[in-house]
Amino acid sequence: MAATNKIGLEKGDYKGAPTTLCQGCGHNSILSQIIAACYEMNMAPEDIVKFSGIGCSSKAPTYMLDRSFGFNGLHGRMPAIATGAMLGDTTLTGIAMSGDGDSVSIGMGQFKHAMRRNISMLYIIANNGTYGLTKGQLSATSEVGLTLKKQATNALQPIDICVEAMASNATFVARSFAGDPKQVKTLIKAALRHNGTAILDIISPCVTFNNADSSYHSYGWGRENKNPIHDLSFIPARDEIMIEDYEEGTMQDVAMHDGSVIRLKKLERDYDPTNRMAAVQILEESSANKQLLTGLIYIDPNRPSFVNTLDLSETPLNRMTDEELRPGPETINDINVAMF
Amino acid sequence: MTDKVTNDFSITVGTENGSGSQTSNLTILRALFKMGVPVSGKNMFPSNIQGLPTWYTIRLSKDGYTARRDEHEIVVAMNAKSFERDLKDVLPGGVFFYNDAIKMPIERDDITAYPMAVKQIIKESGISSNLRTMVSNMVYVGVVAQMLGIEIEKIKMALDFHFKGKEKPVSINMTVIEASAKWAAENLEKTDKFFVEPMDKTDGLIMADGNAAAALGSIYGGVQVVGWYPITPATSLVEKMNAYLPKLRTGKDGKATYAIVQAEDELAAVGITIGGAWSGARSMTSTSGAGISLMGEFAGLAYFAEVPIVIWNIQRMGPSTGLPTRTSQGDLNQAVYLGHGDTKHIVLLPGSASECFEFGWKAFDLAERMQTPIFVLSDLDLGQNQWISEPFKYPDIPMDRGKVLWEDDFEAFEAKNGDWGRYKDVDGDGIPYRTVAGNRRVGSSYFARGTGHDAYANYSEDPDIWMEGMNRLNTKYKTAQQYVPDAIVDNMDGASVGIIAYGSTDPAIAEARDLLEAEGLKTNYLRLRALPITDTVREFIKENDVIFVVEMNHDGQLREILSVETPAESTKLISSTLNNGLSLTAGWIRDDILAKKEI
Repeated sequence: MAATNKIGLEKGDYKGAPTTLCQGCGHNSILSQIIAACYEMNMAPEDIVKFSGIGCSSKAPTYMLDRSFGFNGLHGRMPAIATGAMLGDTTLTGIAMSGDGDSVSIGMGQFKHAMRRNISMLYIIANNGTYGLTKGQLSATSEVGLTLKKQATNALQPIDICVEAMASNATFVARSFAGDPKQVKTLIKAALRHNGTAILDIISPCVTFNNADSSYHSYGWGRENKNPIHDLSFIPARDEIMIEDYEEGTMQDVAMHDGSVIRLKKLERDYDPTNRMAAVQILEESSANKQLLTGLIYIDPNRPSFVNTLDLSETPLNRMTDEELRPGPETINDINVAMF
Repeated sequence: MTDKVTNDFSITVGTENGSGSQTSNLTILRALFKMGVPVSGKNMFPSNIQGLPTWYTIRLSKDGYTARRDEHEIVVAMNAKSFERDLKDVLPGGVFFYNDAIKMPIERDDITAYPMAVKQIIKESGISSNLRTMVSNMVYVGVVAQMLGIEIEKIKMALDFHFKGKEKPVSINMTVIEASAKWAAENLEKTDKFFVEPMDKTDGLIMADGNAAAALGSIYGGVQVVGWYPITPATSLVEKMNAYLPKLRTGKDGKATYAIVQAEDELAAVGITIGGAWSGARSMTSTSGAGISLMGEFAGLAYFAEVPIVIWNIQRMGPSTGLPTRTSQGDLNQAVYLGHGDTKHIVLLPGSASECFEFGWKAFDLAERMQTPIFVLSDLDLGQNQWISEPFKYPDIPMDRGKVLWEDDFEAFEAKNGDWGRYKDVDGDGIPYRTVAGNRRVGSSYFARGTGHDAYANYSEDPDIWMEGMNRLNTKYKTAQQYVPDAIVDNMDGASVGIIAYGSTDPAIAEARDLLEAEGLKTNYLRLRALPITDTVREFIKENDVIFVVEMNHDGQLREILSVETPAESTKLISSTLNNGLSLTAGWIRDDILAKKEI
């Protein structure tokens, strides 16, 4: 008999339709980690809602969490649909899947305004530096000098997704690499518990159009140049927090809104992800040093989410009764009087 | 003095935009309304915050005609920049009130001219000097009231209303108005023929603008998620919603039962609306002009994914940025067909403030019943001007949430109908059963998409499945005929000439029909209230020998739609259109119909 989690579900209960993405696509690896994270966190698929835009990244949600509702929207417009839907039912956990074309070209405005509003959801950008579904055009995250088949060599500066997120006052900014499943999964777990928009920029190689070892979005380059800022672990709320034996200054716990804890173990440097200035600086440095910086770059667990800001009722909007929605007949006279 | 003219003339006030004249104009309008005189107010304003000339026309009509008129019997000139034009606009035998600080010649002997000593009156009223500019427009309220016979206590009631009973601004303004009336009584001798006298023709009626009515109607319809972006002339709809929601719709826990989101653009505005509706909240947006064009992509998605949203379009003049502060009915075709591919939307066409209220709540019922976007087409004239209206009627039927399945419904559905598919036509009416995100029943979820899908919402490129889906959407559109508000027909005995019109032109049509009857032409009138058309419309077209389709767009958009729907009768449909940014006048409609009748 297959193993089950604490709510009695098998891992298979988190599966989606068979993937139609290319064999070896980074996105498939991300999907596996989302499935693993949800399973391990004992989340009912019915409590999750999936969103995506258009592109290879946005096809991906079809291939996971079949039992969850999902909305495959328009190119670059996923954040708006997600915002409305998350307001419609505040009890759901949102997982949004987007790509570099979807979020930082056509959807740059919506991407930035989602962070500005701080609507609660995990917002993954599967970043492969190319337009896969239209067969290999340069994207806004392609590095200068990248040459793609049938395309010219890119001469334009790339947009750094995490820098954009910092500039938009995002409350959770992380970068990872599809070739590092353990870190991806840990960051997903933390992001799913964040009370706000959690941006996860995952370098997710496109094996068909942009996987030469010299390319910044390839498996080869990622393995060679990835540079984790810390060793991460996630301790869910209600789990006992183990006091580990550690050397002074080598470990930091970040308490999240729901009582979960992100535990950061020091690697080569001191890094505090709650320090905004440090986050901006480390992003600039890694870009200058051509390194693939990975880990939790920034977190502010305390800023109110959009639902807090709107002071929304505890009852989800979609569960309200007619009586709650339609003011009583006794109110209409006052309204007419108020018209003059 | 020639024969007295009572309660049957227009007053036009020319002022400077941003000078606060709107308060003065609304005060006169409301005072007349409280005196029982049928009135209408039309604001002619520039797309500007401050400085450009602006006009406001108040029409008094003892016979109850509230359409715009081109003629101005009385003109009040407060703005030097528009003085010459204002003077020219006065009808012969009319009256010209002017600020005496404007030192320009008045070379007309066919009118009565009254100077108003604005500066002197303000100075002598004892108002502190820092408030003087603010209240100078109250001078003409007092002078005009005195010369025409508008009751001062009714003016006080109007001001109390405007300032929500705040004593200080009311008393400051009343001081100026009373001083001005007194000054006029002492310094001006009435030599004109225009008088206001009390009537009882506004008893039981209210005065409202269509945008406030739409906002309130939406609130009584249970609005929950609103994505919006500021654009003239739609902005005041959501602003009014913001004003009334806290009072009417705070939940038992003291928190909001709604979410109003000012989005980054119209794309996001309608996207948020679609998201809200998809997860089961009653969701709407309101826009105009370029905003509706920007929503085109999402409108197609909502149509194809069958998401029940409401889109109010407070039409302004296009194409492009067009005339942002002028009215039009130019978006009808766009509303019906918005989106690429084969797209056909349901459109509601309110014709009065009370109907804006009614369609405000009905649009949600219709959207959820039909599982599709509902476009409600108002316009700048209806949306922003004050209209005499029947009081808003509390919804006479319970909310219709349509074929939505929650956990228990889902089990009952499966027991009765077998397996569920999001896009499966179980009842043969083209309307499937929908579940919404948040339904915890295992198996109730689906993956919504704008891509090709089968009855179970699975991705599909199969040609037959595609055709099946589109055919079902057509069936659904036909089903809509039995749910949309039917057209209203008013026939005259012996008439064989018909008029079809919709929206804000209703008062002008009513008046034009009386004018036409006076010319010996009896008419039948069908006021269209929704698309798709119903049998009522088909019958009306069949029964009349010739039908004038009157609308405020250049191309005769409704005529085109009706021609397509009733091809055998289409030669009977004659377009009568004018689209110059101003609402239609009865005189123009009469003349156009008479001219075209001859051909």
